[in-house]
Amino acid sequence: MKYLSEYRNLEETKKILDEIHKITTREWNIMEICGGQTHSLVKNGILELLPEKVRMIHGPGCPVCVTPLNLIDKAIELLEQGVIVCSFGDMIRVPGSKKSLLEAKALGGDLRILYSPIEAVSIAKENPDKEVVFFAVGFETTAPANALSVLHAEKEGISNYSILASHVLVPPAMEAILDDKFCTIDAFLGAGHVCAIMGTKEYYPLVEKYKIPTVITGFEPLDLVQGIYLAVKQLEAGKYKLENQYSRIVKEEGNIAAINVINKIFEIGNREWRGIGEIPNSGYVIKDAYRKYDAEAKFNISNIKVPENPNCIAGEILRGIKKPNECEQFGKACKPSNPLGAPMVSSEGACAAYYHFSTQ
Amino acid sequence: MDINNLGFTTINLGHGSGGELTRNLLDKLIFSVFNNPFLNEKHDGAIVKIEGKIAISTDSFVITPIFFKGGNIGSLAVHGTVNDVAMCGAIPKYLSLAFIIEEGLDVGEFYNIIKSIKKAADESGVVIVTGDTKVVERGKGDKIFINTTGFGEVHPQANISVDHIKVGDKIIVNGFIAQHGMAIMSERKGLEFESDIESDSTNLNYLVKDLLDAFGDKIKLFRDPTRGGLGTVLHEIATDIELGVFLKEAYIPIEKQVAAACEMLGLDPMYVANEGVFIAIVDPSIENEVLALMRSHEKGKNASIIGEITDEHPNKVVLKSLIGGKRIVSPLVGEQLPRIC
Repeated sequence: MKYLSEYRNLEETKKILDEIHKITTREWNIMEICGGQTHSLVKNGILELLPEKVRMIHGPGCPVCVTPLNLIDKAIELLEQGVIVCSFGDMIRVPGSKKSLLEAKALGGDLRILYSPIEAVSIAKENPDKEVVFFAVGFETTAPANALSVLHAEKEGISNYSILASHVLVPPAMEAILDDKFCTIDAFLGAGHVCAIMGTKEYYPLVEKYKIPTVITGFEPLDLVQGIYLAVKQLEAGKYKLENQYSRIVKEEGNIAAINVINKIFEIGNREWRGIGEIPNSGYVIKDAYRKYDAEAKFNISNIKVPENPNCIAGEILRGIKKPNECEQFGKACKPSNPLGAPMVSSEGACAAYYHFSTQ
Repeated sequence: MDINNLGFTTINLGHGSGGELTRNLLDKLIFSVFNNPFLNEKHDGAIVKIEGKIAISTDSFVITPIFFKGGNIGSLAVHGTVNDVAMCGAIPKYLSLAFIIEEGLDVGEFYNIIKSIKKAADESGVVIVTGDTKVVERGKGDKIFINTTGFGEVHPQANISVDHIKVGDKIIVNGFIAQHGMAIMSERKGLEFESDIESDSTNLNYLVKDLLDAFGDKIKLFRDPTRGGLGTVLHEIATDIELGVFLKEAYIPIEKQVAAACEMLGLDPMYVANEGVFIAIVDPSIENEVLALMRSHEKGKNASIIGEITDEHPNKVVLKSLIGGKRIVSPLVGEQLPRIC
């Protein structure tokens, strides 16, 4: 596959790793924002190939992990009300306060796993006597497709479709992490696919304000070691700037058509992040003009509030304060077969990545 | 046979009643397709001849969709059980065949399924000797479920057991992994994507027999990684023998289109199902000969030595990635789920 074998090349990767070893003189903490990057770092065994002094801290960029617990309970409530709930695959095993979507399905709920929210609109069309809800979670990456599904429903006059949305944004989360008094992050690897949509402009002020080197980075092994190399190079030189390692995908202006679709349906609002809490202006909320497509408004579910499992330290994991294997429950009370928190469920969750792949 | 003149176009509850409709279904469809002396006895069971030690395996097939690129639930029900018997180091001889049909199944579909069963059985050298047909109400099944039980004669030179595996033994796979699971995935509702990926569903018993003829007890283990894929099976072996399994990703054969589909859906091919793949764990003295024999065979032409047994990291499967890093291959938990982005 074009762009796969080239970016998994042993020789090229080794060359850059050697360079990282050569230039590293001090300890550096680099946070990769995106769960996809965490997954790739661990799956390809990159962490052990880095110098000991370069410590990767795993960021909050796993959509499944930061989706609030009460939202999962709301989706389950909809299933139990007889609504057809459509979801991305890795959401369905995340435990709610009492059960997961998968368990609710086993008890008779009509749950569909989809790749595209547009498919959910077709399901609504095929089932005019049923309500259909798409569980629209994710970062800026999935927002355009979710917004587009609402536009499709509007265009086709489909009134039995709505979305249960929990969209969060990367830059406010980066600021929240940097503002945390326990923060030890020296540099960021920016989330490549988020920037493919949004472009790079909004990161310049952040880099300036916090004087933090930031390298927008892809997901293949060669991307990641290049991103780390550029970050270490800046750190060692005492510089801070925004660099774009993933320029084959990420353009300065982003994907304008996608941004326009987002802006039509959503506006910026406060959002709760699982494990972190509410961050001001950190997510998308549905605009008033499209309120009839908002499942929280359409169904009586907005009052569901549930507490987190007190033994889960997902918040500290997501803010990069602790590593998964520093959690007392890791691999003991908390495993993928019995997760206490979301980072142990999704393959992009730092805990699951450590559990499945890490030799450390 | 003209299936348009059977007098019925769908299977209904009456066909499972044991009465005249059942007899009709058996005589006009099932017996006429299989037509062998065991079934023609029309008895409740079969009396068969088997020599030496007997290997038995049973499996139930509930796949959706029932027709897919490269096969259907019928051919799969034969291959799955034939291969399980072969993995015991045996030569499959006889199969039982039981259907649970949801009422309303189209007779044409059922006819195509039993024709595939007959073809797969003939190609595998096994005879369907006994069977059963039940029909359940609409909504109580999913079109058709099939159970097959296979009986085989253990190869006189075979001595297959995890207990014989030693440090240094080599792990050889006969061909491309993850074909079956991705073929099914490409046709599943909600996930459809266009591809030419075909299921690898096939019988492996002749290749297994040739290997046993040539190498006998130097072959320590055969195992076919069906559900759960290669990763799950290797993990099971590592924990059974309390030794480690070391793999090199670069040597694991995977067809480009399948790798791309896995990448697109966010699935790890190590956990994707196979129906025509097996691994042999063999004494290191014969690794190259085993590889050469496999590669000379149609069903082993993409064979590869993927790793070995080690006393480092006991109970764990460790994979050296393409870029030289190492990672654990843990067992699959639940079904593999597509990622969000």
